[in-house]
Amino acid sequence: MTLRIRVNPVACEAHGLCAEVLPEWIELDEWGYPILDGEELPSQLVAHARRAAKACPTLAIVLGGE
Amino acid sequence: MTGFSTAPLWYATRSTAIVAFVLLTVSMFLGIAATQRSIASRYWPRFATQDLHRNVSLLALGFITAHILTTLLDTFVYVGWWAAFVPGTSPYRRFWVALGTLAFDAILVVIASSLVRHRLPLRWWRAVHWSVYVVWPLAFVHFLETGTDAAHGRFGLWLDIVALLSLLVAVAMRLSAANGPSGPLRSVAGRPR
Amino acid sequence: MTRAAPVTWPRRLLAGIGDSDDLYGGHLETWGPLPAASALPPAAVIDAVEKSGLLGRGGAGFPAGRKMRTVAAAANRRPVVVANGAEGEPASGKDVLLLSRAPHLVLDGVQLAARAVGADEAHVAVHRGSPAAGVVRAALVRRGSSDAVPVQLHEVPSRYVASEETALVHYLNGGEARPTFSPPRPFEQGVGRRPTLVNNVETLAHVAAIARHGDEWFREVGDRDEPGTLLVSISADGLARRVAEVPTGTTIGAVADRARVARDSAGAVLVGGYFGSWLPAAYAWQLPLTHRAMRSAGAALGAGVVAVLPASSCGIAETARVMAYLAAHNAGQCGPCLNGLPAIATALSRLASGGWDERWWPALERWLAVVPGRGACRHPDGAVRFASTALSVFAEDVARHRSGRPCAAAAGPAWLPTPRPAEGWR
Repeated sequence: MTLRIRVNPVACEAHGLCAEVLPEWIELDEWGYPILDGEELPSQLVAHARRAAKACPTLAIVLGGE
Repeated sequence: MTGFSTAPLWYATRSTAIVAFVLLTVSMFLGIAATQRSIASRYWPRFATQDLHRNVSLLALGFITAHILTTLLDTFVYVGWWAAFVPGTSPYRRFWVALGTLAFDAILVVIASSLVRHRLPLRWWRAVHWSVYVVWPLAFVHFLETGTDAAHGRFGLWLDIVALLSLLVAVAMRLSAANGPSGPLRSVAGRPR
Repeated sequence: MTRAAPVTWPRRLLAGIGDSDDLYGGHLETWGPLPAASALPPAAVIDAVEKSGLLGRGGAGFPAGRKMRTVAAAANRRPVVVANGAEGEPASGKDVLLLSRAPHLVLDGVQLAARAVGADEAHVAVHRGSPAAGVVRAALVRRGSSDAVPVQLHEVPSRYVASEETALVHYLNGGEARPTFSPPRPFEQGVGRRPTLVNNVETLAHVAAIARHGDEWFREVGDRDEPGTLLVSISADGLARRVAEVPTGTTIGAVADRARVARDSAGAVLVGGYFGSWLPAAYAWQLPLTHRAMRSAGAALGAGVVAVLPASSCGIAETARVMAYLAAHNAGQCGPCLNGLPAIATALSRLASGGWDERWWPALERWLAVVPGRGACRHPDGAVRFASTALSVFAEDVARHRSGRPCAAAAGPAWLPTPRPAEGWR
């Protein structure tokens, strides 16, 4: 099961919980906004990615399954 | 309804009420604090506050439910089973119990909406969640008026005051932070790092 | 260095413009009536546009026929057509020109596009206060019920990003003219959640021309793989901005020659628009105006802007001013753009006018790297491309400015226009 993780930049308010939950994949820029490259997630990070999507206060993390 | 000794139920109702109220207050405090950047550190990420808020809220719901059940099972005062959900149906202290019922109804909606947060438009979830600013005062007054500890003793009154103050502090922190540097959209134009 | 001999460029879209004051009468004389649906049914329209090889003229260069076919194939809901005449690019004048001098050609294109995709409503968007608004309104009245599909004119706020596809759709749906997160893109879900065909007005004008004369006629002129003509807005020193219709594949140098631009004294050319790229002049002159050639030069055709930097202007100062404009025109929605663009603009302004601190340089490079691709629209991407290409094309100047010796030209008058954003998003 492949998963891609993106951020909706309009909804994002830089709370930064996604980077706390998934530091292996998500980095924050100097203003607190997540840098996501849209690549496929390695399988061991999928559960954490779902957790990150749940943690976002503005539901800005978007997961796309295949 | 014989067979139920009322004294243990009476104590159970009062103690679950106190614990429920404390948990509700802690949950409110955490919910307000969770919006602040300043509460996060290397050893305490924000999702920990978020998780704690969620768990404390669910625990509070558990204790509220226990409080309601023990009240309804207690034959010393007759409240009536409908009063759990329908405000104004309790013959005992109709108005003050109704406030508690209302608060309980609202808490159920808030928690239910949070459990299905991902399926709701964000605006709806937010609007429902904001009702906690009404729920807590309802619980506060309900506690004050129906809780005999508050009416006749000192302990309940002090608890109320401490709870209220702690929430005022949280709200003050939140309001001052909105004007301060921890807002998310602060631009750093003009400052190289 | 030999210059190409002046060529005669065919006037197609611009044919008949200025010949008569009666826009409708003049249009009919030049182009004849719109082919009826019986003579040119929907499938035939799509076929003709596809075979013609017409690429969208709004900047993306997407094949127009394929876009039409995709929207037409949307099974469950009736599509909508939107003609995008909200020319946000200050250095471009082609959309306003088309709408104010040949509105009926564009409106014919709107009808044909609607016929092709099976739309039952159409919209034309222009900037509020644009000279084109009144002309289009009058043209619609003149056409009256001869238009099979009702067309509504909308004046959107005069802001750079308002003309972005999703921003337009959002506005038409009753919201603000700010871009929205995609997917879904308008061709899937747009106005009223219906599949929406958004086309630049120049694209639609070409569609109207193709409907009269056929796809082979369209292919007679221009580049073999990207045929047809292109409207180009030329700005240069001492030259009032003008719009020319050139065959695709014409070199930038030939365009400059036609406009009698002094090529030898020019140092750099801005191609595409404010979201485009700076190129060294010597390199630019031999570049053909095709999407293909532009891409391999690290540039883009964009809105067809060709702006030749005057010898007396400082490239860095112009870039800084335009960056400030782009920063002021962001939609205020996405963190990387709304933080990054002002930061870059401030740094460039210090670089241009003095007050530069070398510690800014790594920050500037970092911002240019971290901002693109992270917004809801391509505004930050274009702005960063504009700034990055400037730093590379003006590298010598940059080195001088960095060492504290800005050129005297930096304090000179502004050349590229940078209008203020309008108030409000609605």
